[in-house]
Amino acid sequence: MSSADQHAHGTGHHYAHHFESAEHEYSSSKQGIWVFLCTEILMFGGLFVGYAVFHHMYPLLFKAGSTFVDWRMGAANTVVLLTSSLTMALGIYYAQKRDAAKSGLMLLITIACGAIFMVIKYFEYSHKIHLGLLPGSWFHGSLDVTFADGTVQRVENLPLYFSFYYMMTGLHGIHVLIGMSLIFWAWLRVRKNEFGPHYYTPVEGVGLFWHLVDLVWIYLFPLLYLVS
Amino acid sequence: MAASGTHDANENYLNHEKGLWSWLTTLDHKRIGVLYAITVAIFFFVGGLAALAIRTELFSAGETIPNLGPNGYNRLMTYHGAIMVFLVIIPGIPAFLGNFVLPLHLGAKDVAFPRLNLLSWYCLLAGAAIALTSLLMGGADTGWTFYTPYSINSAPAVVMMAFGVFVAGFSSILTGLNFIVTTHKLRAPGMTMNRIPLFVWALYSTAIIQVLATPVLAITVLLLAMENIFGIGFFDESLGGDPVLFQHFFWFYSHPAVYIMILPAFGVISELITAFSRKTIFGYTAIAYSSLAIAAVSFFVWGHHMFTSGQSEVASVLFSILTMLVGIPTAIKVFNWVATMYKSSINLASPMLFAIGFIFLFTIGGVTGIFLATIATNIHFHDTYFVVAHFHYVMVGGTLMAIMGGIYYWFPKMFGKMYHEATARLSFLGIFIGFNVTFYPQFLLGANGMPRRYFDYLPVYEPLNQISTIGSYLIGIGFVFAAISILIGFIKGEKAGANPWGARTLEWTIPSPPPHHNFDKTPIITAGPYEFR
Repeated sequence: MSSADQHAHGTGHHYAHHFESAEHEYSSSKQGIWVFLCTEILMFGGLFVGYAVFHHMYPLLFKAGSTFVDWRMGAANTVVLLTSSLTMALGIYYAQKRDAAKSGLMLLITIACGAIFMVIKYFEYSHKIHLGLLPGSWFHGSLDVTFADGTVQRVENLPLYFSFYYMMTGLHGIHVLIGMSLIFWAWLRVRKNEFGPHYYTPVEGVGLFWHLVDLVWIYLFPLLYLVS
Repeated sequence: MAASGTHDANENYLNHEKGLWSWLTTLDHKRIGVLYAITVAIFFFVGGLAALAIRTELFSAGETIPNLGPNGYNRLMTYHGAIMVFLVIIPGIPAFLGNFVLPLHLGAKDVAFPRLNLLSWYCLLAGAAIALTSLLMGGADTGWTFYTPYSINSAPAVVMMAFGVFVAGFSSILTGLNFIVTTHKLRAPGMTMNRIPLFVWALYSTAIIQVLATPVLAITVLLLAMENIFGIGFFDESLGGDPVLFQHFFWFYSHPAVYIMILPAFGVISELITAFSRKTIFGYTAIAYSSLAIAAVSFFVWGHHMFTSGQSEVASVLFSILTMLVGIPTAIKVFNWVATMYKSSINLASPMLFAIGFIFLFTIGGVTGIFLATIATNIHFHDTYFVVAHFHYVMVGGTLMAIMGGIYYWFPKMFGKMYHEATARLSFLGIFIGFNVTFYPQFLLGANGMPRRYFDYLPVYEPLNQISTIGSYLIGIGFVFAAISILIGFIKGEKAGANPWGARTLEWTIPSPPPHHNFDKTPIITAGPYEFR
């Protein structure tokens, strides 16, 4: 087989020797990415199951905890991430159209949204750390909780809420950072004009990952912020 | 790629490129399989030495090895378990034999993602390095299960070990992901899902478990590490957490992981039985789908490890029934293998000896599993040597026998030379007899109430323990013979030829060792994998 045969039509991309065609490589890669996304869901799944178990054990716990977080910050972050999913999808669209300038711009906006998300998270974290609202044994804030209806009640296991808060948003935050790095890598390749209608697998794969990160947040937001 | 047109007849994957660097950066699934073979063999040696030390300590009541002490014993037991489970048996068949054979079985040039394949090997090495670093921190002593609450407050070595398991887990996930996509996307023309060899079916079912269960282990050990370092309280009762929740999380991975260890072994045995019976396998479809059935049921049986943990009785009854369901697809396999051998002309070469040994030992392991799945008997056997004997019959009598059979079966294909048959048969005798002498007495010890995981025991248990220890030395001698037969094969083994066994699957249609690109011409498949005439 000569190397000319392994040329995806019209781009500089060579598909690997063990595939029959560029389409074959694309469909295999895409299946691999979906299988990987399944593993991510199973990993976050452990935390969601833990949340369900403790919600059952201590029905008041998450209601009490959510009075310490600001739903407006969470809502802002939700809007930011949803916007970033749109720009990510547009980035893939323009990569398919071989419009490197627009595709690159969309990816940069997506990275910027990720950065805004992390900055808002930083302010939320530092505010809580300041108040001593730390996970588990490090908690040194007040256990007295003022609920939405004005009643004040002592919640003994309140630190567990913050264990969940930091574990869930922390693991999610790490995924946001990894996603931003991957999008940056895709942006570098977009700039070199590597993608076109017949080859855009890396942008699309990174995009799928970013949508999953977004989706996880869609579940975290109501579970941690809106539960009261 | 070799100079087009004139293909060098002596070119193969071993001499295609030269030098250590070409091996460490190889993307060839065959070479990565060999890398895994070396790695797993080294870990097996280390884990095996720990096993012999454990048996030596238990030779007599009281302290047998001077200055080992209970704490040293706990560490030995932990490293034996963790090394054998995470670094030997889990990567053993899929990543070593599977890597080498799967693309050849499918008529493919490589796995779908060769770079991920190499990365998975480095993940295993990194995970192993991190896990073994814990030895320098005083050593972990929790057993391979890391049960809370003990693991929360014990030494930081446990966190190191857990982190090593976390990293090694990625190796398993990447291998599984690769195999799923390879099986779906890289089959040769004409190879429908009902024409793939049964080893591939087994690896595919295993891959599904690897991909779906291992991430849960990842989050579990991550939470355990956070618990140990930051005291987040999920598993700590003093902070409102629940130690039993850890057991649920852990076994949600680790029970399916038992099938990660045994399903590929079933696949190897299917290949061996049909090749050495020189007969089409009996019940291809039943064997293929029973692998998938085992994979599916495996996710819903974890609670049978926890009958004494205080979980609800309803849950226990359900887990008990579901566990017994596993017996059905497993028995389907055993019956089909025996039916394949019926009225066939059996070639009793070493791989077949190991396959028959597998059926014998695995059946004992499987049936004692039913004893343990029965709640009433489980309460008595729980945490006794009966459990130890049961899972060694399955993991060693099953998986390890299959690995040995598979090594002897595919060694001629991997290196183009035959192993030394007489010493290979001696190795079978040593391992098979030694195994039964070691572990059968442990059923009796367990039934008589000897608890597992202790450094010492009551003098009444001494005679059976001494028999058991002598058996373990026999196993050791068996493996020495195995190493000799392979070494002789490397040094002066006779040339194997393309198909020394007269087997029918695709890897035997190409030269031994296979060329770099596996198949010079993509094979076109027109029939099932085991068409013997």
